[in-house]
Amino acid sequence: MVDETIAGVAGASGEGRGVSGDRSGRAMLLIAVLSGVLAVTALTSLTWGASDASAIGLVREWLFGAAPGNEALSARDAIIVYDIRLPRVILGILIGAALAVSGAVMQGLFRNPLADPGLVGVSAGSGLGAVTVIVLGGTVLAPFTSLFGSYALPVAAFGGGLVTTIILYNVATRQGRTSIATMLLAGIALGAMAIALTGILVYMADDRQLRDLTFWQLGSLAGATWVKIAAAGPIIVLALAATPFLAKGLNAMALGEATAAHLGVPVQRLKYVAIVAVSAAIGSSVAVSGGIGFIGIVVPHLLRLAIGPDNRYLLPASALLGACLLLLADAVSRTIVAPAELPIGIVTAAVGGPFFLWILLRKRGVIDL
Amino acid sequence: MLEARQVSVSIGSRRIVSEADFIVRPGELAAIVGPNGSGKTTFLKALTGELTYSGSVELNGKDVAALKPWQIAAMRAVLPQATVLAFPFTVREIVKLGVTGGRSGALAGEAERLPDMALARVDLEGFAGRFYQELSGGEQQRVQLARVLCQVWAPVLDGQPRYLFLDEPVSSLDIKHQLIIMDIARDFARRGGGVIAILHDLNLAAMYADQICVMHRGKLAAAGEPTSVLNDELIERVFGCRLRVGAVPAANVPFVLPQSAVA
Repeated sequence: MVDETIAGVAGASGEGRGVSGDRSGRAMLLIAVLSGVLAVTALTSLTWGASDASAIGLVREWLFGAAPGNEALSARDAIIVYDIRLPRVILGILIGAALAVSGAVMQGLFRNPLADPGLVGVSAGSGLGAVTVIVLGGTVLAPFTSLFGSYALPVAAFGGGLVTTIILYNVATRQGRTSIATMLLAGIALGAMAIALTGILVYMADDRQLRDLTFWQLGSLAGATWVKIAAAGPIIVLALAATPFLAKGLNAMALGEATAAHLGVPVQRLKYVAIVAVSAAIGSSVAVSGGIGFIGIVVPHLLRLAIGPDNRYLLPASALLGACLLLLADAVSRTIVAPAELPIGIVTAAVGGPFFLWILLRKRGVIDL
Repeated sequence: MLEARQVSVSIGSRRIVSEADFIVRPGELAAIVGPNGSGKTTFLKALTGELTYSGSVELNGKDVAALKPWQIAAMRAVLPQATVLAFPFTVREIVKLGVTGGRSGALAGEAERLPDMALARVDLEGFAGRFYQELSGGEQQRVQLARVLCQVWAPVLDGQPRYLFLDEPVSSLDIKHQLIIMDIARDFARRGGGVIAILHDLNLAAMYADQICVMHRGKLAAAGEPTSVLNDELIERVFGCRLRVGAVPAANVPFVLPQSAVA
């Protein structure tokens, strides 16, 4: 079902804009459809897994009471669904939405469809923050970890992402103009620096820390717990809640910073809020699930082909499609080599990379990157 | 009234505009002319608050530097020389960005049709569904003007005159559309607004402007009514060309002037 939606989205491109040039009706329809698809995907994810525990069975039980003689089984099902699958599905939705919306916001801010937190070093910066806490949290940074408790990891990742984004913006933007080449090159340089520093920290880590690091770096929703949701969830939700207020300003930014200001947009404030929101969303996501690539670049790109670049619709649609795709990728990652699990970052890259290339080849010369 | 006093702009260590005084009253169309690199665009960017300047710029008696972006946006709209677009917007979506600030001043019943009305004014009826990037340079320029018109659709709002700042609004237009766009600007001024336009075509400036302001090496070389400003001496001094104002070429040399348009 999700696959069909993607095909529809990709095939639709811009032809359906009609003579009026107004794509808002179409955008709202797509948002409604994506909401439905997300609900179905989430319910399916709750039901689908190594155990045959069924979320649908539990819903039936809520409504009609447990079947006689079946109480023990449904208690086991309840544990699997509530404590294992549900946190994982919620985390998948939060992180998928965070990645896709962050991509869309950064692209609007940098006026460039290639600006993705993963491509321009923000994820690497967040990773550096997270690894710093994992490795040094018990010693040098003990006051920091005791101050923030379970929030230490997301806060550090947020800090790393924030610093990277601010450096990136200042390097790539001169007099209100963001140079595409400078941005990508600066992002690559910043990413390389962050990865080098991360490498040094990994080198310093002890065995127990290494195990934590390895799990974390592979990128996975496998460790989803209610504790992690409590730590990262509020930050992500807050960051995502800020983005609708950026939509109109980001639209005006497509005409350039100066013109956006002439249109009445408080550009400086917009940039600050956008940078903090993206860093918070990416930092928290990276802290919980490691780096997961391609969602941030593929989802907004596909949606722009379908409903246009108006951020008032692009941002919510990105959240929904990002959540759907990450749940789907998670389903693949935990079933394709069952009972083992493939890191989800591998799934998104393996599917997202070729798919993105295909889009570029198919649309070459028509869309303006 | 737009009132600029002793406006100077430096970029790096270079002084681009020095001590320019400039006044545009409501109802006036002021043309800024001058050779390339004389500081016209820089001056306009200082007037619109895009560049930092020394001196003072007041719009309707309010210091522009002290106003919030949305407050200035309600008082004036700015058409830049060129706009490079980052994403594939349709023409309608671009024009609608003009109402981002939300004070077009259009009548209640007009608000919904405003993009169509603005497009019709710039002779782009039926272009709403096209992609901006597919249009020619001149068409893109007119789409941007339609967007700017949406922002200050009513030349007077709450009893306060509003202003259009146009940086070379006709630079890539054919003669027909040059006339259409200049008519729009003049009409805006006649209905109580103020227009400040950088122009290269001295004939258009002479035909439409109430005031011509000549820039030369960052300074205002002259300002005033076209008849008093445009003279042989000034043209030669500022543009470095020995041209004769008002001289008709030899009988067998064809020439076409916007002034010769038949009503």
